[in-house]
Amino acid sequence: MKVPTTATTPAAQRPFTTISGVPIEPLYGPEQLPDLDPSRDLGAPGQFPYTRGIHETMYRGKLWTMRQFSGFATPEETNRRYHYLLAQGQTGLSVAFDLPTLMGYDADHMLAEGEVGKCGVAISSLADMETLFRGIPLADVTTSMTINSPAAVLWAMYLAVAEQQGVDWARLSGTIQNDILKEYIAQKEYIFPPRPSMRLVTDTIEFSARHTPRFNPISISGYHIREAGSTAVQELAFTLRDGIEYVEWALARGLAVDQFAPRLSFFFNAHSDFFEEIAKYRAARKIWAHVMRDRFGAKDDRSLKLRFHAQTAGCSLTWQQPYNNIVRTSIQAMAAVLGGCQSLHTNSLDEAYALPSEHAVTIALRTQQVIAHESGVTAAADPLGGSYFLERLTLDTEAAAMAYIRQIDEMGGMIAAIEQNFPQREIANASYEYQKAVERGDKIIVGVNAFQSDREEGVEILQIDRAAQDHQAKKLAALRDTRDNGRVRAVLDALKRTAEGTENTMPFILDAVRAYATLGEICDALRGVFGSYQETSLV
Amino acid sequence: MSAPIRVLVAKPGLDGHDRGAKIIARALRDAGMEVIYTGLRQTPEMIVNAALQEDVQVIGLSILSGAHNAIVPRVLELLREKDMADVKVIVGGIIPDEDAAELKRQGVAAVFQPGASLEGIVDFIRSSVAA
Repeated sequence: MKVPTTATTPAAQRPFTTISGVPIEPLYGPEQLPDLDPSRDLGAPGQFPYTRGIHETMYRGKLWTMRQFSGFATPEETNRRYHYLLAQGQTGLSVAFDLPTLMGYDADHMLAEGEVGKCGVAISSLADMETLFRGIPLADVTTSMTINSPAAVLWAMYLAVAEQQGVDWARLSGTIQNDILKEYIAQKEYIFPPRPSMRLVTDTIEFSARHTPRFNPISISGYHIREAGSTAVQELAFTLRDGIEYVEWALARGLAVDQFAPRLSFFFNAHSDFFEEIAKYRAARKIWAHVMRDRFGAKDDRSLKLRFHAQTAGCSLTWQQPYNNIVRTSIQAMAAVLGGCQSLHTNSLDEAYALPSEHAVTIALRTQQVIAHESGVTAAADPLGGSYFLERLTLDTEAAAMAYIRQIDEMGGMIAAIEQNFPQREIANASYEYQKAVERGDKIIVGVNAFQSDREEGVEILQIDRAAQDHQAKKLAALRDTRDNGRVRAVLDALKRTAEGTENTMPFILDAVRAYATLGEICDALRGVFGSYQETSLV
Repeated sequence: MSAPIRVLVAKPGLDGHDRGAKIIARALRDAGMEVIYTGLRQTPEMIVNAALQEDVQVIGLSILSGAHNAIVPRVLELLREKDMADVKVIVGGIIPDEDAAELKRQGVAAVFQPGASLEGIVDFIRSSVAA
């Protein structure tokens, strides 16, 4: 492999492109922006088309929510981590579930072997959810849950815990990810085929519009699309087109656009290419405002404002020289803030190895606090607005994303595009091109293909042992012995009948959860009606 | 000219992160190998059966979920049971050093951790199959 070990590659010989491969000119000035109309394309912060941010005063009014994604091993251990994070000044919770939970399997299922508690916390029943939030008043925190295929079930468990705490659902604030389309496109944690999955998502959006006015029933996510290797433009375009798909399904359900659109939220990656990322967030807001106003006729300003969570890029973290990851994360977090995010997760330095240790996650949280309170970037709204370079990138990003959105419209929408493997293929191609650029040394990754070092940098690694799996399996066995199994059968039968029809499934999922039917049992009932999804693997 | 090397690239376990597996599959194909990609969520039994049917010389397992200590030894065990111990097993993904050493002790030919180069993986497969 021909790669520089010092910074000796002559600047003129390296192609100057963004990390997504977009060519960059050596200098930008007014002559590069003949098509920019500031009042039309930018507006003021808080004004249509919201390119410069959704609030007039941005972070002067309210800082972003510092929300560290966290979950590991048992609900008992994760509950302790949540109490620690809240004590450190974190302002919102964000639940990471393990793979069996994400796939709708109980911790004692055969396919859960070796996976329980590894990538997040294991939650198999309402009893586990009660433990997860023990001592945390749900009226006073906002909670984000990264759960997709079985999102309705985990959300029902959260609502049931709120009931037990005596908290009115109308006061609950938080987000479920619930974005199934990006699962087929990128993250691949799907259970049911696309259409029944979309029906479940629409059930939650409808239920939320009626019962949980402060809860976001979906977080339409580009994060995983980017982690799967897409370009910035693909991340933006596929995410917004997914959003359009959800809006169309909710309208077809009979909801009015302004009844649910204000609660649609988004989630983007914060990758390493600083200006490309900021341009992406600005273009996202502008496109969404136009889509909601012009395509769907939304009238409520809140329906037009794209609110987003950002997470720094997990795929940019290196195993080599892990302390450099703190620096990468700081730059990425700064891009998210300058791009106007509403909440932010900063990755920990050890996440190329494992889930983060308490020490590493504290540094990651402190990174956000330093940006918020020391860097000065929060004083003025959209401080980079008007930069020739950034405005050119923003317009180009918008145009490229719109071309993809039109292409998917012509294919018949996102489900049709997914069935034709279109977004999957685009991402795989982009990811392979990037990897080849790294192999050639056209793209430098410090510590990996340049500036390598033999010095070992030990990091403390969080180990999840088998005890978590045994502990969870034992609790499940006890639960199945002590609950009213006749009632469980009755609520599961009722759920199956509802799934076969067209009525909203949420009230029936809630009944099942309250009866301590397990996640696996509920998902099995739905698998029986909806079937399971297998993708056509392509390389 | 000898026949191309045949490789099965597999994603065992519940982990859906297939970016690495797909890149490896393409890189091996571009290097002239015949590559069969299993797709997601394969059990050790499914992987070994596919390896037998496809008559591969190499199995590449991609695991990023931390479940490698439960999955890889089972694949090795099934290969021995089916008299296929000559099939080289390589593992890629998030595998801590101590686990990598243990997997190699049990019979894994190589473990490629994050940051490994495609060229290095291609070279390793060529030399280990030739040997």
